[in-house]
Amino acid sequence: MKKVIELQNIKRDFVVGDETVHALRGVSFDISEGEFVTIMGASGSGKSTMLNILGCLDTPTSGEYLLDSIPVKTMSKSQRAVLRNRKIGFVFQNYNLLPKSTAIENVELPLMYNSGIGGTERRSRAIEALKAVGLGDRLNHKSNQMSGGQMQRVAIARALVNNPSVILADEATGNLDTRTSFEILVLLQKLHAEGRTIIFVTHNPDIALYSSRNIRLRDGHIIEDTVNTDIQSAEKTLASLPVSEDD
Amino acid sequence: MNWTNLFKIALKAIANNKTRAFLTMLGIIIGVAAVITMIAIGQGAKQSIQKEISSMGSNIIMIHPGGDRRGGVRLSADEMQTLKIEDYEALRNECIYVTALSPNVSAAGQLISGNNNYPASVSGVGTEYLKIRQLEIADGEMFTEHEVKSSAKVCVIGKTIVDNLFPDGRNPIGETIRINQVPLRVVGVLEAKGYNSMGMDQDEIVLAPYTTVMKRLLAVTYLQGIFASAISEDMTDYATDEIEEILRRQHRLKEDEPDDFMIRSQQELSEMMDTTTNILTTLLACIAGISLLVGGIGIMNIMYVSVTERTREIGLRMSVGARGIDILVQFLIEAILISITGGIIGIIFGGTICACVNWLANWPVSIQTWSVVLSFVVCTVTGVFFGWYPAKKAAALDPIDALRYE
Repeated sequence: MKKVIELQNIKRDFVVGDETVHALRGVSFDISEGEFVTIMGASGSGKSTMLNILGCLDTPTSGEYLLDSIPVKTMSKSQRAVLRNRKIGFVFQNYNLLPKSTAIENVELPLMYNSGIGGTERRSRAIEALKAVGLGDRLNHKSNQMSGGQMQRVAIARALVNNPSVILADEATGNLDTRTSFEILVLLQKLHAEGRTIIFVTHNPDIALYSSRNIRLRDGHIIEDTVNTDIQSAEKTLASLPVSEDD
Repeated sequence: MNWTNLFKIALKAIANNKTRAFLTMLGIIIGVAAVITMIAIGQGAKQSIQKEISSMGSNIIMIHPGGDRRGGVRLSADEMQTLKIEDYEALRNECIYVTALSPNVSAAGQLISGNNNYPASVSGVGTEYLKIRQLEIADGEMFTEHEVKSSAKVCVIGKTIVDNLFPDGRNPIGETIRINQVPLRVVGVLEAKGYNSMGMDQDEIVLAPYTTVMKRLLAVTYLQGIFASAISEDMTDYATDEIEEILRRQHRLKEDEPDDFMIRSQQELSEMMDTTTNILTTLLACIAGISLLVGGIGIMNIMYVSVTERTREIGLRMSVGARGIDILVQFLIEAILISITGGIIGIIFGGTICACVNWLANWPVSIQTWSVVLSFVVCTVTGVFFGWYPAKKAAALDPIDALRYE
């Protein structure tokens, strides 16, 4: 399998006042194409820092990070922006959609910053991505007219639209109720089944049951890295959930 | 760099938040309109004050004969005969800083009409005399150039003369009054002017063609004086120099000979004019400065706040792959669009306010091109700068920090 992500002895220090905080103290692992990895840990374990580094939003203090065999550490800010645009899809806990914009405008956003893609292609790809997350009938709904689950689907469509090497989800189900969380998990599992590489950062240990691999962090170290041989189906769990009275 | 897309993004961002865009624009609209209106009202006031002062005759230049000496005795100007009709004609043909010119001769006597009489002096003048002294005809008309040439026996009289010679309220036009046995037909009555600052009755006046007074009343060939009016107050000095040069040449005076005439201007009035103008100009500059400052600070604040509150949006855009430069260009386009639109609306708005002030309050207003250009440039530049500067700061942030910005 092709390696999408290679981390070699990554360290990240923050200077807060006079103190230096070691958020990551030498982390190494590889992620291959098609894996669905959950990264877990309590608050302060370094998982957010890890996600920012993986997403090229932040650079490590030392160590080497290769994304699709491209070394990220020496890149300038603009180069990293272009890399994010082409190789990474983000899904955030609080959705981070453009306010007052339609679903399709939100999904088109990453492609707007890619001058290689024309207007027609941009639109058809955005529609395709929205259909893939089951929002084909809500293309022109504005973000403030949608429920949390729908907004997160738009965010996932936005993460898919540039056909990235890896989808990075940061507590993507953190703001959603159990039922909607499982709907999102079903969607992620479906994308995984289609061969996407997904990294899901969360503090919820249950989600590890549905991923193919689980990495556990504590105090900036990896304490556990296990392959899940018995992947649960989110769809089945969803079906077994009691139907809520609101629906 | 994909300009088309960035332009679309900027337009979309404005369209998606019309209230914010409008409020931002409002800062610029008010800034520009305030400056234009304040300056227009100030300038209008300045011009109307200037007009008031000039109507007092601040640009009048008086030329009298003088400097002549006979056996060590200085003579009164009236008795000197150095100013001739030819001098008047030379000035008339050659002066370029002078707009109106009139000779002056006067004859004193008792005016008689029917059984009324009044002591007065008749001023022999040219047709431009009215313009020089800012006099207006109330009834009838001024005698014509033709009547001047033919030494016609006509006159124009002031209100005091009318009241004394025609106390029964008869229309004096067409009536004949006599002075020193010469009958003069009244062709016009002057607008009343009242007393001047020296307590002299300015309505006790009889004007007749200077040719008539010289030939029929005085039988002289020289002038007692020449009145001129400079193009404007500040041109009075040039006009004076010009007149001096022409008269010296006319009188064939050598380098070392003193002038045989005197030129006087209304120095006191023109000094008052200068002082007033200077004060008003300073006042206007202060108004413009303060308006621009207030407008500029308003624009600065609203731009700064509206861009700063979008830090999260900037973070989001960067996380999906916008580079710092993409963010900057987008915000710059937005700031330019908003500032220029606001500036144009501000100009229209300012013009409308000026028209309303002029129409409702009847104040004189005068819109100045420089104030339009200055306010537009200052406000749009401020708008663009303070749209760009916080965007630059936000674009320099790490995307994560921008995303977490509260």
